[in-house]
Amino acid sequence: MSMLKIEGVHTFYGNIEALKGIDMEVNEGEIVTLIGANGAGKTTLLMTCCGSPQASKGRILFEGQDISRMPMHEICQLGIQQSPEGRRIFPRMSVYENLQMGAITQDPKHFNSDIEMVFDLFPRLKERINQRAGTMSGGEQQMLAIGRALMGRPRLLLLDEPSLGLAPLIVKQIFETIEKINREKKMTVFLVEQNAFHALKLAHRGYVMVNGNITLSGTGAELLANPEVRAAYLEGGH
Amino acid sequence: MSAALASSRTNGSEVVKELAFFAVIALLMSVMLLGVETVDRPTGLELAVRWDLVLIAIVSTVIGRLGLIFRRESISRLWQAVLITVTAVAVFEMFVRFRELDDRWVSPVVLDMAFGSVVSTILAIAFVVIVFATAYFTMKVQGAVEVDQSKKLSAKIQLTYRSNTKKIGLIGIVFFFIFPLLFGDDRSAIDLATLVMIYIMLGWGLNIVVGLAGLLDLGYVAFYAVGAYSYALLSQNFDLSFWLCLPLAGIFAASFGIILGFPVLRLRGDYLAIVTLGFGEIIRVVLINWYDFTGGPDGISSIERPSFFGLADFSRRVPEGAISFGDLFGLDYSSMHRLIFLYYLILVLALVTNFVTLRLRKLPIGRAWEALREDEIACRSLGINPTNTKLSAFAIGAMFGGFAGAFFATRQGFISPESFTFLESAVILAIVVLGGMGSQIGVVLAAIVMIGFPEMFRELAEYRMLIFGAGIVAIMLWRPRGLLSFRDPTILLNMSQKEKVAGEIK
Repeated sequence: MSMLKIEGVHTFYGNIEALKGIDMEVNEGEIVTLIGANGAGKTTLLMTCCGSPQASKGRILFEGQDISRMPMHEICQLGIQQSPEGRRIFPRMSVYENLQMGAITQDPKHFNSDIEMVFDLFPRLKERINQRAGTMSGGEQQMLAIGRALMGRPRLLLLDEPSLGLAPLIVKQIFETIEKINREKKMTVFLVEQNAFHALKLAHRGYVMVNGNITLSGTGAELLANPEVRAAYLEGGH
Repeated sequence: MSAALASSRTNGSEVVKELAFFAVIALLMSVMLLGVETVDRPTGLELAVRWDLVLIAIVSTVIGRLGLIFRRESISRLWQAVLITVTAVAVFEMFVRFRELDDRWVSPVVLDMAFGSVVSTILAIAFVVIVFATAYFTMKVQGAVEVDQSKKLSAKIQLTYRSNTKKIGLIGIVFFFIFPLLFGDDRSAIDLATLVMIYIMLGWGLNIVVGLAGLLDLGYVAFYAVGAYSYALLSQNFDLSFWLCLPLAGIFAASFGIILGFPVLRLRGDYLAIVTLGFGEIIRVVLINWYDFTGGPDGISSIERPSFFGLADFSRRVPEGAISFGDLFGLDYSSMHRLIFLYYLILVLALVTNFVTLRLRKLPIGRAWEALREDEIACRSLGINPTNTKLSAFAIGAMFGGFAGAFFATRQGFISPESFTFLESAVILAIVVLGGMGSQIGVVLAAIVMIGFPEMFRELAEYRMLIFGAGIVAIMLWRPRGLLSFRDPTILLNMSQKEKVAGEIK
């Protein structure tokens, strides 16, 4: 069953058409990745799913419900959580407070088990529990951003470039954790990435976006083997 | 002196060059502003020159710059303080002497007077130079060590403050509670304390909007005005008592907060500041012009004073059927009773504000305010409704402003739009900013500095504003993020006090 279904979505920034009719879907239990160059519209698509900016044409269905006209905070309360581009953690709050913020719309009775789950996934966060989030390293901040999203008990997790600006070793660690979240928690993940190699290796299915259009789609392995994808995103080594 | 300087990082000729440069700048800036004055003479308006003032400006600039150079050369904090105090006194002294001579100086007939003032200036300068030189050589001997110690000392003070916030707060509360017992006979002390307390309460109220939610509000005085006029009008037109009007004033102010909140929800930063500024002015202009309702610029006078919880009256001549406060407790009549009662009233109101703020900070709504200040997009992606969150901050901040306004009206007995100018908003905002955004104890300190000190030094006449300005500049230099500018997490897990300080973001 498709959890997130995007049908013919167009998004504009003023007069500029950033998304030119996107069709794609994310099925329950999958990791789906969207790769593309800078400015292709990847983040715009992810943010359109969250309602900011809103799609000017087309429909976005989450578990059969049209969410394309809903405000961002209501969409997020339906069970879509994201780790936004640039992480956007709260720098002056402690790690613990950041995780509390993630659970702010949730029933407090889940809080203790949820935070244990996050600390199991990212033991590093437990070590840093009282530290101000802004003083942590980039990798730790990314872990916190994902952990904060998980505290909102999502059914669909949106990740926007979790590898951005991180050392290769940390990137590997983060991607392993994403896979673990998907495998063990049965979490559906929609991953937007520039790091095409890692993303496609991890994903069940992938889409390639160029200038606001989806140009290719297929399973992760198919796309990895595709000569066009190799030429555009993989050669030069990652 | 220059030889001593040469041995440090900056050499003597560079210092002289720098001082000369600033002297020229001071000359250029002051020559038109201070150097020329139009004088009304029988023959008509004439220009008079005032080279003395230009000279003062240049000398003060040079001395100030010299102070900064010493600061750069890592003098110890103690000596810095001594130097700056002495310099300030010396410059001030020169200023006063010159002003006294001003009239005679304009017509250079009384040369000996002029000569006398020059001598006194030279003496003052020599004095300053001696102090500087002494300070400098002392620094040479033990400077490095002292710097280290002073750094440690300030860190220690910070740690002590941060691990004892609650105790310090309690000591403060106890002090303010026993204040009337210590100064109970001193009418002006109680009056001043009440005034400071009003501003503390306003600062705490604005702290919710500016410090916690990060919404820069330049029109906070509007809510203060709404509260004051609500009480005044309700009490005059419907004969309602203060105790009934107090919550009503809060509700009215809160609804005005929401009215302001709606149109400005999309705005942030500078734009929000301008709209709130406009809102503050709108309220004031309406109060001035709606003559039939508000009394216009005449204001509203003889507003009812508060009773002792409706049980007893504070007036000398008690109206029919009421009991006087003195009779109720078997005391002789004293006009201080009412003042002390008012003081305790505002103290309790302020403490309620503080308590509510501290509680809210630990609840989801307060956390959401703080998160909204840091990152609105992240907040929305976590499912926080930014509209409601901002409106609640505006409404609650405004409500406390309304309470303070009602208190102000009942204390003064007379209100007019004059009391609710932009300057008031600016002062309240300055209290919040100087105290350190979001810091509750910081607001208290800043209110004492901003309101208490200028009132205490009223004898210094116009110079107090000069010193006041210098004080604010000093605070901004040494503590650019406010007097108490750290935010500790509201919850700490398994942690000793020392670790608290780890991970401070400057």
